[in-house]
Amino acid sequence: MSSQRATSSNKITDDELNALILRLQTVLPQLDQSRHGRVSAAKVLNEICSYIRRLQNEVDGLSGRLSQRLDSIDLTGFDAEIVKDLLQQ
Amino acid sequence: MMNSPQQVKNPSSSLKSRFITRFLGALTKINAEHPISSSSPTRIFQRYRRIKVASNKSMAYSVRSRRIWSRAMLSRFRSRRSAFSVRRSSVKTTNCTTSPPSALIKVTINENKIAKGGLDMQTDELRELVPGGEAMDVCNLLGETAHYIKCLTTQVQVMRKIVDFYHLSK
Repeated sequence: MSSQRATSSNKITDDELNALILRLQTVLPQLDQSRHGRVSAAKVLNEICSYIRRLQNEVDGLSGRLSQRLDSIDLTGFDAEIVKDLLQQ
Repeated sequence: MMNSPQQVKNPSSSLKSRFITRFLGALTKINAEHPISSSSPTRIFQRYRRIKVASNKSMAYSVRSRRIWSRAMLSRFRSRRSAFSVRRSSVKTTNCTTSPPSALIKVTINENKIAKGGLDMQTDELRELVPGGEAMDVCNLLGETAHYIKCLTTQVQVMRKIVDFYHLSK
């Protein structure tokens, strides 16, 4: 981790930075802390960027699939049935 | 289900339900306004674009203006028709103890770049991925990123369920 100190009180401290990076690490399933322990900030950020890209691409792909067969979706009577199903994890 | 308690203690599940309601409503609208009479590639592409926008918009609206990234995204949608302009909405900091005024954010970012070297090269990439990321300080950026990822995950999860529910996978 970078050991450069903030030079003015306006900047983020290393501790705050570490805490935020650590929190991001928990978001990543592939960098599960129980297996990887401490990971460099650069690696976390790298994985975070890849993860965001992957998610955005998935939204993209799923939008494409929905666009293909939107007509086969009966959305008129959807309320109770679908919402219930969707909300169940 | 009148007997079950309606209070939603978990805020993320109410975010999810807001998103679901909005997104399904948007899909209904798209279906109604642009019925699929022909399956021309152009039509399908237009529909794909509309659905994608609907998905991102539905999530941004469900988050409302509580987050920098959602505000930035909503602002982007609103100014899409007019000439491209970067809106500097005020940056509310939730994680940092100190918050630079929005006018000085750009200057602070540059100073941080010099001070922190390699880390900022990584955050540069992140800034492009997170809506509104360019104007955030590092502290906000990392916090917003976590929330943005959570919302993207919800989007994907719900959209996948819709596809599965209607057996749309090919």
